Amino acid sequence: MDPAVRLRSAVCLLGRFPALSGIDLDVRRGEVVAVEGPNGAGKTTLLRALAGLVPVTGGVAEVLGVDLRTARRKVRPRVALLSQAGGLYDELTVADNLRFWARAAGRSMAAVEEAMAELGLDGRLADVAAGRLSTGQRRRVALAALVTRDSELWLLDEPHAGLDAAGRDLVDALVLGAARRGATVVLVSHELERAAALSVRTVSIVGGRTVLGATPAAPLPRPSDQEAAGVA
Amino acid sequence: MWRDALLVAGKDLRIEGRSRVALNQVLPFAVLVLVLFAFALDPDRGVLERAAAGLYWVAVLFSALLAVQRSQAVESGDGTADALRLSGLDPAGVFLGKAGAVALQLLVLEALLGVGVVVLYGVAPAGLGLLVVTALAATAGLAAAGTLYGVIAAGLRVRETLLPLLLLPVLAPVLIAATRASETALSGVSSGVPAGSWLALLVTFAMVYLGFGVVAFGPLLEDA
Repeated sequence: MDPAVRLRSAVCLLGRFPALSGIDLDVRRGEVVAVEGPNGAGKTTLLRALAGLVPVTGGVAEVLGVDLRTARRKVRPRVALLSQAGGLYDELTVADNLRFWARAAGRSMAAVEEAMAELGLDGRLADVAAGRLSTGQRRRVALAALVTRDSELWLLDEPHAGLDAAGRDLVDALVLGAARRGATVVLVSHELERAAALSVRTVSIVGGRTVLGATPAAPLPRPSDQEAAGVA
Repeated sequence: MWRDALLVAGKDLRIEGRSRVALNQVLPFAVLVLVLFAFALDPDRGVLERAAAGLYWVAVLFSALLAVQRSQAVESGDGTADALRLSGLDPAGVFLGKAGAVALQLLVLEALLGVGVVVLYGVAPAGLGLLVVTALAATAGLAAAGTLYGVIAAGLRVRETLLPLLLLPVLAPVLIAATRASETALSGVSSGVPAGSWLALLVTFAMVYLGFGVVAFGPLLEDA
């Protein structure tokens, strides 16, 4: 089976600025990988490149078997990106936002109801305009949209940011649940311990280059093994 | 494509229903423009009546600018542009949906402004059917070109001030043709070029920009 992600000396230019200047990364299907690095290292750009949102201009870049250099738009419907912005329309209610994105992705309304219940959004919050939510609540709605999408590859940019302890535990459970269902997860986090506990491997990026953990070094543990080790 | 268009149009109209920007800001602005024209030209009632069609379409044009800016602003916050690109929605459907929502809002506004022109300028339309067809064709062109240039401007800095500079010259043919056709509808008399020719120009303009938008909106959305 193709790897979920295969990057070799991948380069991304934002204007003239090389946001990624030689990224190597292999991620197997079903693997959970954490990406860490200092501010400005290129972590967010890496996620956006993997989602097909920014062009890869050099090297080799394949996601879910799609060549990002020639057909990056084809990968978009198969990935879910949790960016630091939530992708919510402020004027629409929580339920309307989730229904819109679910319909756009061809998902059923039952999936929306399920995700809302899972994220604790099925009560009075469902009818509140997204613009009136707190940062943590907005994060939960964005996560619900992500869950509804049920994608093959999850790209999470600081998924724990803005959440309380219960919310952070919920994120961990969602990540492990996604991996259990066979999804691949690449997460960027400054919470190194939590990210390391969730993931099989931590990849370090500095100055747009991979400096550590580019390829899997050990057999892939099953998510159930991670849970048994007390990760969840 | 059509399913996506309906989905996006429904979303934009729901947002308008909740925010009421068109109702509370764009419509009062358009009425204000009509009133100011009336103040400026009131000493000569004859001029006001003769210029009613042009003044009406100038007010519609300015309102269309605001409606297009609002339509783009909705997609500029909180990462919704990225979410739209990732959604799997057909870009042509997104274009038609956004243009459709703008068109529907403009049609409501045009109907209300029409009442305003009758009341403020004292004109009585002789050909209501021609007015309606003119409004439909002109609105389709305004919405299509506006949505297309809106996404072009969205990718640029100073987009709020740049959009009018880009869009107004492009919309000049709509202004001219809609004004001439409306003059005929108001007076019942064709002056020079028949109203059908102006209507044909409006329909052609709308078709060209709708076609161009369907093809080009995807690549333009990438840079927005």
